[in-house]
Amino acid sequence: MNTLEAAVLLMGVTGGILGVVIALAARFFRVAHDPRVELLIELLPNANCGGCGKAGCADLARAIVAGEAKPSDCPVSSREAIASMSSLLGIDPGVAEKKVAVVRCNGDALHTKVAVNYNGVSDCASAALVGGGPKSCNYGCLGLSSCARACPFGAIEMLKNLAVVHPELCVGCGKCVSVCPRGLITLVPASAQVHVYCNSPARAAVKRKNCASPCLGCRKCERQSPDSFEVVNNLARVKYSSGTLPTPELVEAIGCPTKCLRSVSGHLEQERKEAHE
Amino acid sequence: MSDSYKCPVRTFGRGIHPANDGKSLSRELPVRRAPLLENYFVALPQNIGAPPSWVVKVGDEVKKGQLLATPGGKVSSAIHAPTSGKVAEFLETPGPTGAMVSTLKLTADGKDEWTELPPPLDWKTASREELLQRIADCGVIGMGGAAFPTQIKLAPPPNCKIDFLVLNGAECEPYLTADHRLMLEQPERVLTGAAIASKILGNPRTLIGVEDNKRDAIDRLNRFAGEYGVEVLVLEARYPQGSEKQLIYALTGRRVPEGALPAAAGCVVQNVATAAAIADAVCEGKPLIERIVTVSGEALMHPENLLLRIGTPVLEAVRLCGGIREEPGKLLLGGPMMGFAQKNFDGMVWKNTSGILLLPPRLCVQYESTGCLRCGRCMEVCPMNLVPCSLASAAESGKMDLALQNNVLDCLECGACAYACPAHRPLVQHIRRAKAEIRKMKKK
Amino acid sequence: MPKGDRLVLSSSPHLRTEDRVSLVMLKVLIALAPTAVVAIWFFGWPALRVLLCTTIFCVGAEALWCAMARKPVWGTIRDGSAMVTGLLLGLNLSAGIPWYGCLLGALLAIWLGKQVFGGLGHNPFNPALVARVGLLIALPAMMTTWVPTRQMAAQPETEYTRVFYDGVTCATPLGVVGTTPKVMGRTPEAQQTFAAVDNPTALKNYFWGNLGGSLGECSAAALLLGGILLVIWRLINWRIPVAFLGTVFIITGIVHHWAPGLTPSPLFHLLTGGVMLGAIFMATDMVTSPMTRRGALIFGAGCGLVTSVIRIWGNYPEGVSFAILFMNALVPLIDRACVRRPFGYVRYRGGEESK
Repeated sequence: MNTLEAAVLLMGVTGGILGVVIALAARFFRVAHDPRVELLIELLPNANCGGCGKAGCADLARAIVAGEAKPSDCPVSSREAIASMSSLLGIDPGVAEKKVAVVRCNGDALHTKVAVNYNGVSDCASAALVGGGPKSCNYGCLGLSSCARACPFGAIEMLKNLAVVHPELCVGCGKCVSVCPRGLITLVPASAQVHVYCNSPARAAVKRKNCASPCLGCRKCERQSPDSFEVVNNLARVKYSSGTLPTPELVEAIGCPTKCLRSVSGHLEQERKEAHE
Repeated sequence: MSDSYKCPVRTFGRGIHPANDGKSLSRELPVRRAPLLENYFVALPQNIGAPPSWVVKVGDEVKKGQLLATPGGKVSSAIHAPTSGKVAEFLETPGPTGAMVSTLKLTADGKDEWTELPPPLDWKTASREELLQRIADCGVIGMGGAAFPTQIKLAPPPNCKIDFLVLNGAECEPYLTADHRLMLEQPERVLTGAAIASKILGNPRTLIGVEDNKRDAIDRLNRFAGEYGVEVLVLEARYPQGSEKQLIYALTGRRVPEGALPAAAGCVVQNVATAAAIADAVCEGKPLIERIVTVSGEALMHPENLLLRIGTPVLEAVRLCGGIREEPGKLLLGGPMMGFAQKNFDGMVWKNTSGILLLPPRLCVQYESTGCLRCGRCMEVCPMNLVPCSLASAAESGKMDLALQNNVLDCLECGACAYACPAHRPLVQHIRRAKAEIRKMKKK
Repeated sequence: MPKGDRLVLSSSPHLRTEDRVSLVMLKVLIALAPTAVVAIWFFGWPALRVLLCTTIFCVGAEALWCAMARKPVWGTIRDGSAMVTGLLLGLNLSAGIPWYGCLLGALLAIWLGKQVFGGLGHNPFNPALVARVGLLIALPAMMTTWVPTRQMAAQPETEYTRVFYDGVTCATPLGVVGTTPKVMGRTPEAQQTFAAVDNPTALKNYFWGNLGGSLGECSAAALLLGGILLVIWRLINWRIPVAFLGTVFIITGIVHHWAPGLTPSPLFHLLTGGVMLGAIFMATDMVTSPMTRRGALIFGAGCGLVTSVIRIWGNYPEGVSFAILFMNALVPLIDRACVRRPFGYVRYRGGEESK
């Protein structure tokens, strides 16, 4: 037998055996696949941001087909995308309000004193474990940009040691919410234009000592518009679930004494200005 | 010269011995009682476990030793007034770790009058329950740092037979000399406390481990130890020998099983300062309202061992030592290896504050960390036989499950690895974060 | 009274060792110095030229990379690791290497061997060896043209020194041994050829360094001195060289005993080629070797095994570089296999004392 024959024979036999093995494997280990999953994956944004709480878009698609989730659970998809997903499955699209993140703190380096030189891991969760972080306020933004790094959409900007969300870029995936060790970031309806930029439950005197612009819990906003605001634990909050969300004009009218009640655009503008000072 | 030199020197192996142990700053200085101050700030959860609750309100007149807060559960401990005076206000202040705590401001009236103390007990005849109740009433907690209520520690689960009571006189932390001075100046108080604890535990073998850099204290203890049925054992100076598991291993050769309390190995460990506090509580009825604190560091004018009341502001302690020599680069509560850096001088003395250290800026260099060289030094020194560098890199890249697999929860955070790392990596901080996140995940 | 304006906030511990990465690298350089000096003594100025070229090019390559990657240039060079890599690379080359060979090697070592993986501490392979093997495969003629030592060149032409029109080249003893069985087969003549390179006088020469080959391969004595320094300074795990050399000795010893025509004596194997350099300086590189004691033994033994196999049966006369690179690739697996049990892992049984 010459070399050529041997080679052809060897390859042929090997190929044949492997082919049989693969055919058997495909038959016995087959996983039933719903073709709709593939279609849904195509419609989903495939950013794998995890904002829906599932392990990526493919997992959400599987869950939607299995009936465990709704297309509107995807915080990133546009209304049209959700509608087409729903029509694909023949279900009601449901109404999902677009949500955006907001960092409830205005303690940039000008307002909240950076008390000491912090020397350690440049990461908020690590810094919060060391003496309560480098800033004088133990409740505010640590300013080490963990949330900005976590944001898959680049919607968080660091301005003078303070994280600020750009609502037009934010899709409300909520990744930043879980990385903030201070729990400062919450998801709010995108239609809310006014927020209280403080999250410290400390007493007014302590806050005043630590920050130039804290919420003192003076109830001025609550008195002016009890439908939109409430004061709990020395801290004013916007009633996001109520029907009447405060407007930027209302902020002007109230005139928060410490300027920590701000409109989104006013906050961004203010922090931008201060960052360039 | 003395018997102590003949004793075999024991150690747990591994660990480090810092070149600059700083003990010479305050080793020779006798304990000085601090004068009465104007204000004391008593923070609320002095103990680990459930926080106690205040039983006084603003404006109340209290006597020295009067109850300020009652235990808020089984693992909780009472707090008493450090002096007589008036409750001025309740504040919210950051504790040594940065967590916000409720703090009582007590303005002294200058009379320093004792409240009516419970009668002294004769520990030789008192029952176990009486003794435990007294220790609980007097708010005695682990003064070595853990702040675990002592009455709980002295009542191990009934299925564990206790063979050893181990007194921790190792004081392996650099700079600290509070326990050293206590053993040297009041050996009988320490030994009485040891005898009481031993009685409560059903008279196990009672050992006291002291490192060989405290020969004078060993000699003093040896002079009295026989009377109290306590054996003094010499340890080779090595950090972290004062950690429970390492101390037990060095003294008895037993290994505390992973994740278990020392009682599982038939041992109970008490700090020598805690033993002294037990003696005070039982023999005199005095609650725990003061402790010896090493106020030291190269940035301080005159380092000292001060007998400070609980709630003494840090700034006052610094003033008592003659102020500063140079602007400190770090203020630490506790020792330099495991103590907490503070961001201001607003802190105060807690029941477990063994030291107030002011390090000069030259010892607080802003280190730059480089990549891990895998040199394995962290591994060589780790008293728990872990691989700190891989734990830290797992934590750094967010692989908490990998860190958990590699037993990150066994880490003592003793800092030996970060001390030894030539790349100056913040190993302990990474590990601490991993532990915090794993605990958070487990809670969910 | 303190103002508190210079306070630093950091995690414990607040004391740190005086040791630094740059200090570690400086110590390695000092340990390498005897070998470099001996190489210059035997090979003359060309050796110094090669060593200087590789060191300078390596530092330059590192600086260039950092500048391009916008990393702190001085901060990275300061740790001295590029100098160590450069010197090691130089010691892995022949004295006759032209400057562009050194440059190519430096780029291979620093860029391909180290920086693409993320810099010092992240490289899976020893950078100097990556460069050596890269050069060996890319430019085999240049890499295997060996220059005799000055002492050898002074003697009349021998069996393995040849005078060409533009200089003198020589074969390394390993080269001679490697080609012999293939040319002559396992015959008594082959054993005679072995005897010419494997006799007490020759071995003594090899020990002190009078043999052709790479710069760092010449003197076993100088390498051992450096190794002792490294062990004293606790920079290397002694288990790696011991396991490496021990395995080579045992395997070649067994094979030599049963088939003396196949390979020369184990002592010959230990003293020639890159075994000493590899075992003491290359395999022990902290970054690319296992951290546990058991892992170090496995790693060293693996290196020794692969080296012996290549030397005895392989096509290449020398296998140290390949062996170490091969084992470097296995380090993550070795580390995974040698898990350390935490303190107290042994379950405590009953009330009796356990040891």
